[in-house]
Amino acid sequence: MPQPIIKVENLSKNFIIRHEANSGGRYTSLREVITEKIKRLGKKKVEPFSQQEEFWALQDVSFSVEQSNRVGIIGRNGAGKSTLLKILSQITEPTSGSVRIKGRVASLLEVGTGFHPELTGRENIFLNGAILGMSRAEIRGKFDEIVAFAETEKFLDTPVKRYSSGMYVRLAFAVAAHLEPEILIVDEVLSVGDVEFQKKCLGKMKDVASHGRTVIFVSHNMTAVNSLCQTCIYLSGGRIKSIGKTDAIINDYLSSESLYGTERQWTSRMPGDEVAVLHAARIINKDHKKIETIYIHQPIGIEFDYEILKPGFKPIPNIHIFTNRGETAFVSGENNIDIFSRTGRFKSIMWIPPNLLNENTYIVGLALSTISPLKVHFFEVEALMFNAIENLSLRESDYNQPFPGVVRPSLKWQTELKN
Amino acid sequence: MNEFRDWDIVIAPGRSEKNYWKDLWRFRELFYILSWRDIKVRYKQTVIGAAWAIIRPTLTMVVFTFVFGKVAKLPSEGTAPYALMVFAGLLPWQFFSSSLSEASNSLLGNTNLITKVYFPRMIIPASAVITSFVDFSISFGLLVLMMIGYQFVPSWHIVFLPLFLLLAFGASFGVSLFLTALNVKYRDFRYIIPFIVQFGLYISPVGFSSSIVPEQWKFLYACNPMVSVIDGFRWCILGEVHLEWNTLLISVGVTILFLIIGVHYFRRTEKSFADNI
Repeated sequence: MPQPIIKVENLSKNFIIRHEANSGGRYTSLREVITEKIKRLGKKKVEPFSQQEEFWALQDVSFSVEQSNRVGIIGRNGAGKSTLLKILSQITEPTSGSVRIKGRVASLLEVGTGFHPELTGRENIFLNGAILGMSRAEIRGKFDEIVAFAETEKFLDTPVKRYSSGMYVRLAFAVAAHLEPEILIVDEVLSVGDVEFQKKCLGKMKDVASHGRTVIFVSHNMTAVNSLCQTCIYLSGGRIKSIGKTDAIINDYLSSESLYGTERQWTSRMPGDEVAVLHAARIINKDHKKIETIYIHQPIGIEFDYEILKPGFKPIPNIHIFTNRGETAFVSGENNIDIFSRTGRFKSIMWIPPNLLNENTYIVGLALSTISPLKVHFFEVEALMFNAIENLSLRESDYNQPFPGVVRPSLKWQTELKN
Repeated sequence: MNEFRDWDIVIAPGRSEKNYWKDLWRFRELFYILSWRDIKVRYKQTVIGAAWAIIRPTLTMVVFTFVFGKVAKLPSEGTAPYALMVFAGLLPWQFFSSSLSEASNSLLGNTNLITKVYFPRMIIPASAVITSFVDFSISFGLLVLMMIGYQFVPSWHIVFLPLFLLLAFGASFGVSLFLTALNVKYRDFRYIIPFIVQFGLYISPVGFSSSIVPEQWKFLYACNPMVSVIDGFRWCILGEVHLEWNTLLISVGVTILFLIIGVHYFRRTEKSFADNI
């Protein structure tokens, strides 16, 4: 039986949140401490110093990780992921419980920690490397590799403040990617940089893990977690909700968090104007049943209910699909608009055919607008959000890497031998 | 504690104590490189760069020589020119005061590091003290030039200068650590630090000689660790200065006390820096 390399037992961390009546910031000031003390001296009454509330960022978390495992940590914001990583990286101390680790740990909680804008690319490589725990000799040995990976040879002696943001991120990740610790802890760093580079990074991380290293990876990008990690830990409210094989845990996560809103109702403050208001929206399958897990191999419908309050307009229901990086994937509108000459409640469904979406998080914008004269009755930009996932076993080709692109339509091809 | 033996890192409440000094050694390269960064950035950023390290003490010296030497007509130490006496005292004082101001802001200026990477936090104020030492070295070069200008030959006491330099380091580091930790905890402390520095200038023998301090105040006066550092510098450089052993002992004692308090308080609050900052 393989020995665990990381052992976490009953780990808890609490924060004290102060609710002070007249302090705006989160900092204690000496002035406040002194005035409070004097006030209390005068009153001679024991009062709570300030209203305090305990907040448990982590509660009783236990798990262990074996060598060369790649473990994903998922959960919504505030579930305790960052706190857990910070404890594992020794940045902050737990309140109780313990963590035991074998080997050297390097944590990458941010790309380019400590980069100084005034220093050149070359200088920053050494600075950042040292911050991440590399020795000078180690950095010198890998210098050329780092520069080649970052593709910034020409700008090595330029201060990084003159770098484009893409170059900056590439250089920063390149340094981190060449760390060789036994355990690598990575937080959401792939959300920066362009898609091509993100893929390069993910590849590099797999590479790192295949050399017997252990990777702990936190991300909101389920596709990245899915392709990198074998096991997953799902945190919710500071506790471990489930732990196990990545597929199962991601499914559990996506279905139990309403984070990916696949259904929504507006009861008060409905989006709209005097002509029309939006009531509800949901994602359905081909049997018109509400669904929460969206597979790209299956058709889905986006359905929304609204009410036309005034006749005489010819509004067009339309749906905008965005990626989580804010790009518009596509927009589509209803063609049959004669029906709207009357008032009443309506329901529209837009069908997305199978094999059109890519593995991605999509955001659905719902709109109703009259074209001439142009008037937007409502446009709810983030009405729904869903994660389209792929069942890899249904892929027709042997290519098993992610496809680039905001969509991935299955198109008709024709190839013939010509001679 | 046997169960902890097989593991390289054990994280538990209060455990960081055990490996602290070992970690400090392990992270020494980070200390070099952070000091190097601070120095590099400091001289890169300001337009006049290194010239600042020369202009500042020179102007202060001119003003002090004029006000204390010419207007107030205070006596110099022995036969040394008043300007030299002022400068010999100004050097360690500026080292001390710039260490205090730089170090106390250093943690807040490196928030991104503290919340994202683990390393013994003491490295950051320590590297701020080192940066101030580089300024000191530049100013020291200026002192040598002045001595050549005045054709002043230092006494054999100069061989003891490193010891007083060590005392200056001790006092700067101890007080800085204490103020740095306080500054993270109480954010309005940064308004108090410039005041401490300004006030300290007048209770330290920078513009005047210790020989004019009345006897009944000597004990209280000696509790300022910089008194002996400055007097010691003058003793080493100017020679015929009367160095009081009682004063020196008190100052060394106070410096050690500040170092202990500083290190202790810093380490006690250090663990929560990442949460508080």
